[in-house]
Amino acid sequence: MSAVRDLSLGVDVGGTNTDAVVVDAAGSVIAWTKQPTTADVIGGIRAGIAAVLAQLAADRERVSRVMLGTTHATNAIVARRGLDRVALVRLGAPAATEWPPLTGWPSDLGDQVLAGAAMLGGGHMVDGTPIAPLDRDGIRRFLDGLGGRFDSVAVCGIFAPSSPEQEREVEQLVLDHLGEGVPVFLSQDIGPDGLLERENATVLNAALRSVASEVTRALVDVVAEEGLDVSTFFAQNDGTLMSLDYAVRYPVLTIGSGPANSLRGAAFLSSVENAIVVDVGGTTSDLGVLVDGFPRESTLPRDIGGVRTNFRMPDILSLGIGGGTIIDPRTGAVGPGSVGYRIAEEGLVFGGSTLTLTDAAAAAGHGIRGHALPSLSSGQRDLLARGLAHAHERIEEAVERLSLGRVDLPLIVVGGGAQLVPDDLTGAGDVLRPDRADVANAVGAAISLAGGRAEQISDADDRDAAIAAASEAAIAKAIQAGADPLAVEIVDVLETALSYTARPTLKVSVKAAGPLSHLAAPIPAR
Amino acid sequence: MASPSLSPPTTARVPEHVTADDIAALAAGAAIFGTGGGGAVYTSQMTTERAIREHGPVRLLSLDDLGPDDAVIMMSGIGAPTVGIEMLSSVQQVETLLREAERVAGREITAIMPAEIGGSNGVSPAGWAARLGVALLDADGMGRAFPEATMISTNVAGVPCEFAVLSDVVGNVVTLRTVDLGWLERHARAVTVAAGGICLGAHYLLTAETARGAVIPGTISTAIRVGRALLTASEPVAAVADELDADVLISGKIVDLSRRTEGGFVRGSITIAGIGTDRGRLQRIELRNENLVVLEDGEVLATVPDLITVVDIETGHAISTEMLRYGQRVSVLAWACDPLWRSDRGLEIAGPRAFGYDLPYVPFERKDAR
Repeated sequence: MSAVRDLSLGVDVGGTNTDAVVVDAAGSVIAWTKQPTTADVIGGIRAGIAAVLAQLAADRERVSRVMLGTTHATNAIVARRGLDRVALVRLGAPAATEWPPLTGWPSDLGDQVLAGAAMLGGGHMVDGTPIAPLDRDGIRRFLDGLGGRFDSVAVCGIFAPSSPEQEREVEQLVLDHLGEGVPVFLSQDIGPDGLLERENATVLNAALRSVASEVTRALVDVVAEEGLDVSTFFAQNDGTLMSLDYAVRYPVLTIGSGPANSLRGAAFLSSVENAIVVDVGGTTSDLGVLVDGFPRESTLPRDIGGVRTNFRMPDILSLGIGGGTIIDPRTGAVGPGSVGYRIAEEGLVFGGSTLTLTDAAAAAGHGIRGHALPSLSSGQRDLLARGLAHAHERIEEAVERLSLGRVDLPLIVVGGGAQLVPDDLTGAGDVLRPDRADVANAVGAAISLAGGRAEQISDADDRDAAIAAASEAAIAKAIQAGADPLAVEIVDVLETALSYTARPTLKVSVKAAGPLSHLAAPIPAR
Repeated sequence: MASPSLSPPTTARVPEHVTADDIAALAAGAAIFGTGGGGAVYTSQMTTERAIREHGPVRLLSLDDLGPDDAVIMMSGIGAPTVGIEMLSSVQQVETLLREAERVAGREITAIMPAEIGGSNGVSPAGWAARLGVALLDADGMGRAFPEATMISTNVAGVPCEFAVLSDVVGNVVTLRTVDLGWLERHARAVTVAAGGICLGAHYLLTAETARGAVIPGTISTAIRVGRALLTASEPVAAVADELDADVLISGKIVDLSRRTEGGFVRGSITIAGIGTDRGRLQRIELRNENLVVLEDGEVLATVPDLITVVDIETGHAISTEMLRYGQRVSVLAWACDPLWRSDRGLEIAGPRAFGYDLPYVPFERKDAR
């Protein structure tokens, strides 16, 4: 421990590539690599970490943190792979009984995940009044009736985000009844108001426990193999980090971390905090908005593997346009097909025979270093020009839509297909192309803060008290996630007025974030 | 009792049953009739499909099918959408409501109907009817969505509302003997607040005699037909316009949007700049929960109680006022309301002046007949 331990190692696992970088305390990217993503995910992570450590040579001793952003949880849901069996307790009956749990789920996923569900007395009204007495015996009977044929318990109470005590009491009740080893997941930790969406997200989260344990264990193993003495973190959807223990408890919160990392990385590399970001990949372009350095969040429900959920996700617009997008040689139609990672063999500019948007950009003068297009017929040139114009139009339209009409916002271009974005894009301010933009995702992971969010419903008269209470809870969550208690601060306060209430009522939602604690190990979540 | 041959000649024959397979279309159509308001249809669609799968298809009656022993009551959910996404209805709630309505009315209720066809309240009654084992009347009380209890066809027609019943998620039931709809609105609001922000309500007990001329006929089957066109046509916007006998006022993108929440309502306006053949044109829509007025170059193109719906330019799906976003590509549809709303009393209750616009009502007529 003699060397200065000032380096952060960020890894981002994408669909095609796994990027890894090392960032020093001054914010310089001092090592980077792109490795193919492997089917087991961990192979790509291992290769990425090994490659940047090799670049560091003796300086590898200075690495004190490893941050991982991964789509592993999403893939597990989509592929229905390795999911746990969940016993779901919903509190609030008789309310909401017209919608039994998992209404609207794809049946194959529901059958695989749900061990059983009970709608029992409990829950709260918007003002905190109990809907019905908590049915403690009912919970015990339900769990006993399942005869142990489940891996974890999910609890979802009506208005639990604003009246959280009851879910906590039920957690203790379950632990007392079944033993301390049973994982219990509470909806208040997963999402905001919107019972069915929050319940869905809580069940998905509970189902992902083993998958999350597996990938966190793998990361710990790679770190151990490399002999690193580091703290390890996961990137989450809102552009902040969480500790490994936290990631095992809340794997669903890693699902949007890819776009969030690319936004945070773009902000960091360009030193611009308010901007539109476009991340051009091989198959898609993902666009998002940076507000004060963080991704703007979506307020709409999101579909994950066919299930509607409402947890916080970045507001991302995905276009089916990337460097590998195929241009039809007869009609000139662009996409939706893509050669994806095979671009380096199949693209015209790489000596292949497929017309792609990368070739179109090359024909327009934005070539790939070390590669040249073969001689083209005038028909082919025309086709490529039209394909590129179409891509420009689609990107322009998306930028305009996200910018809400503000033409002064700069556009930060990141990702491998950056040459598809022109410099004179209508509807945006300056087009910025920072250095190392091709590994912005991994940079985003490496530089992230730890964060937490909390919500509170209160009388409009008690607005200040509500914001204070929510702030305190958000800061506590950020510290649990690994933030330095001395440097954590409130970064976002959202207020919504509720109607049909006896008194003017507000919902406040507060987010806190801070740099990672310099204390050796993060405090485990809860 | 049912005699399909008596169906009105102007509309297609009423289908005899609503099945679970009709509900996606009903939901898409009800969203179009929501004219920007009426609440999200997705959760209603889920539970309605489920109820019909569980209890079987619902018999759909036209006004002509009603016999002397029939009694119909209007049903709807009322309250705050922000509460409605969290504290959803109880499975017994609608049964409790119907039994109390029967007790007060002193007779069996044989059919229910939506108070409004626009939005979620146009979808749920099909599932409630399945659950209750009663028929569904192919009609509603608005022909669209309106925000207030007074804005209902039966009020225009001068049919008195003798009582209303409200049931909450816990099981409480409140019966109101009401003087008029103004008082009903006031008391129903207070009860809804006490119930935690959301109630189910039943009112306006109608018979074959009183329903005729006092409800908007055929709206459930129309909503299903419109929804089916939307979900199956290769050019959904044109198909929906044809089914509704509507004009596409403009196709363009939203270039300005101002919205604020005020007393539980969304108020504001949107500006749409034409694209394609509409390039160079600008239209503004004034809204308060629902789309109320469309203006172009200072001229009123359409106004409440005629119907104005903003739809996605590609899919034809209705976009509710809170889901409008800058830069969205949209088409604006406008079509004529039921003649009942064009009467003096109808315009007094739900004309532009009832919504605070100092504008004369100009009946909307379709120009762009294809």
